[in-house]
Amino acid sequence: MATVVMTSLDSKSRAASRGLSDIKIRNLFIIPTILFLIVFNIFPLIYSLGYSFTDFRASTNAPATFVGLQNYRELLNDPFIWANFAITAKYVIVSVTGQVVVGFGTAMLLNREIPYKGLITTLLLLPMMLSMAVVGLFWKLLYDPSFGIINYALGLGSFEWLANPDMALYAVAITDIWMWSPFVMLLSLAGLSAVPRHLYEAAAIDRAGPFYTFFRITLPLVAPILMIAIIFRTMEAFKTFDLAYILTSQPTTEVISIRLYKMAFQEWQTGRSCALAYIVLIMVLAITNIYVKYLNRVKER
Amino acid sequence: MRKTVAGLMAGIGFMFACGTPAQSQELTIFWAEWDPANYLQELVNEYEAETGVKVTVETTPWADFQTKAFTEFNAKGSAYDMVVGDSQWIGAASEAGHYVDLTEFFNKHKLSEVMAPATVKYYSEYPANSGKYWSIPAEGDAVGWSYRKDWFEDPKEMEAFKAKYGYDLAPPKDWKQLRDIAEFFHRPDQKRYGIAIYTDNSYDGLVMGVENAIFSFGGELGDYSTYKVDGIINSEKNVKALETYRELYGFTPPGWAKSFFVENNQAITENLAAMSMNYFAFFPALVNEASNPNAKVTGFFANPAGPDGDQYAALGGQGISIVSYSENKEEAMKFLEWFIKDETQKRWAELGGYTASAKVLESEEFQNATPYNKAFYETMFKVKDFWATPEYAELLIQMNQRIYPYVTAGQGTAKEALDALAKDWNATFKKYGRH
Repeated sequence: MATVVMTSLDSKSRAASRGLSDIKIRNLFIIPTILFLIVFNIFPLIYSLGYSFTDFRASTNAPATFVGLQNYRELLNDPFIWANFAITAKYVIVSVTGQVVVGFGTAMLLNREIPYKGLITTLLLLPMMLSMAVVGLFWKLLYDPSFGIINYALGLGSFEWLANPDMALYAVAITDIWMWSPFVMLLSLAGLSAVPRHLYEAAAIDRAGPFYTFFRITLPLVAPILMIAIIFRTMEAFKTFDLAYILTSQPTTEVISIRLYKMAFQEWQTGRSCALAYIVLIMVLAITNIYVKYLNRVKER
Repeated sequence: MRKTVAGLMAGIGFMFACGTPAQSQELTIFWAEWDPANYLQELVNEYEAETGVKVTVETTPWADFQTKAFTEFNAKGSAYDMVVGDSQWIGAASEAGHYVDLTEFFNKHKLSEVMAPATVKYYSEYPANSGKYWSIPAEGDAVGWSYRKDWFEDPKEMEAFKAKYGYDLAPPKDWKQLRDIAEFFHRPDQKRYGIAIYTDNSYDGLVMGVENAIFSFGGELGDYSTYKVDGIINSEKNVKALETYRELYGFTPPGWAKSFFVENNQAITENLAAMSMNYFAFFPALVNEASNPNAKVTGFFANPAGPDGDQYAALGGQGISIVSYSENKEEAMKFLEWFIKDETQKRWAELGGYTASAKVLESEEFQNATPYNKAFYETMFKVKDFWATPEYAELLIQMNQRIYPYVTAGQGTAKEALDALAKDWNATFKKYGRH
């Protein structure tokens, strides 16, 4: 009876009956959250935008001088910065493609009745639960040309992974694939388990082959959730710092976030680094926008 | 009751009265995490016993040292009263007002006569030859070499070496001999390699390593008073020096492209290399049998001479400065008065610190205290350093960007790398209005 009475009340009365009015909720939760966002997110964002138009250096006590678009102009004309962007793009493509292939492939293998399926799935998720720093140090040992197990297992002798400028970026990407493929696998498993069984049964009755079933049923239905995984991983890979920083210090692995860190905290070019951060932000927003548009198209299908 | 309240009030008052000065009798020194910082903590414990002033040496890993120190300076924070800052920071820190001007203190105690000349020039004075001092030389350091005496003194090896190169196998006297010995011992099939050199391009590792070659080949990084670099950093001598360094890289153990002081000591302790470059400050671990199973057969030598007989080494080490934002500047000044005393400097050397005191360095006692102190003493009178201008970090990163691909991957030529570096440095100096 009490339940009936409660549901018949409007929202204002229900909150009031629990002792919290809308005004109290606004004052207790919404206003502090907005203030928190303004102080810790919006204000620094605007402040750093202001700095990006100055020659400010945080290591000196000199005041910031307005230089207009000079920082942006110099950065966009700097071949080293473009090289850093190219390295980042290469890394994102290799790493995300690898994660999707390995993660989705593993999910396909696990999406069937196999013994100890739960245990295997849990064990496969372990890499992404480790800290990046630990993974970096761990793989550094694995890649070691003198005593690393990778060269021993693959019979590569003293092949250099991290010291080789042509191979170092791939070595970092392989580590990232190892760590984050389970994430793609997990999302893919959720998508695969949601595919209605009767579609496969109908396909089997029509004698459809495995490739036809995969490309016409499985992939289109899993695509939206796979796109979400790709968006997350692309954004993460774009801002990769720790793995590349710990594993190597090759110029060929200097992704844009490492360059940004060096510019801001080693060279103390604060204004210039703020401008670079904005360029990176705009690029990430543009890429994400393209992905989201594509995701919406996939969902509409 | 009134008596109890009065007593309580008096007690609280006494507590505050005692509390305030006790608080000001604490000093914090900030330094990087390495053995000398531990020796300094031992030394300052003696200061506490003597004066009652507690001094804490707070440390952070080398990779974070610069970032953490400057973040605190920029925030005008008073967390640190003193900092044992890197020599190349002195321009940036003094021009920004982060360091207290110690010129008066320096002159009063005639420290330019008391301390080894190179340490005064590179750790304390800025701008060069200005007579303005910002720190007291604290930890003298430079790059030297360790080697495997047992490999060098093996009669079979000696015979084979002489047959191949025509002279006796011994610690190298010049860079040509260094190269020959590295080549001779480089035997990848036996997992033995010729040499361990600095290659890490994260901070100043690789640059320091290359500086050893550049300075000994008679080259310079530029004219520190006019900021001229064209024709100096890319001089013929520097090109030869960089080519030699690249050649030496070919005799290093596999995967040696990100190696600094830790790896270079490991090259000796783990039987990897015949010779290894490192700062003298890291040599105590090599004579300690607990950290080096080859301690008894490890020898040391100073950086060899170049083709024209020039013999220099890259300077390491640091001076101790008072942070402008410290709330205990007077107390810190008193500590420095104690630190520069002859007996303190002697004790500092006994504990393992590298004193910059010329008197202690020259003493027989110091030079015979360890197998490498004599080489250290000789080196400290022929050292050169990197740019100490406020924009040093940009110059350092540009040098790493230009020479690293050549040294570790053979990309381009030494001439191309140094020409490009001259262009970068010129642009940077122009940007900051140096010329």
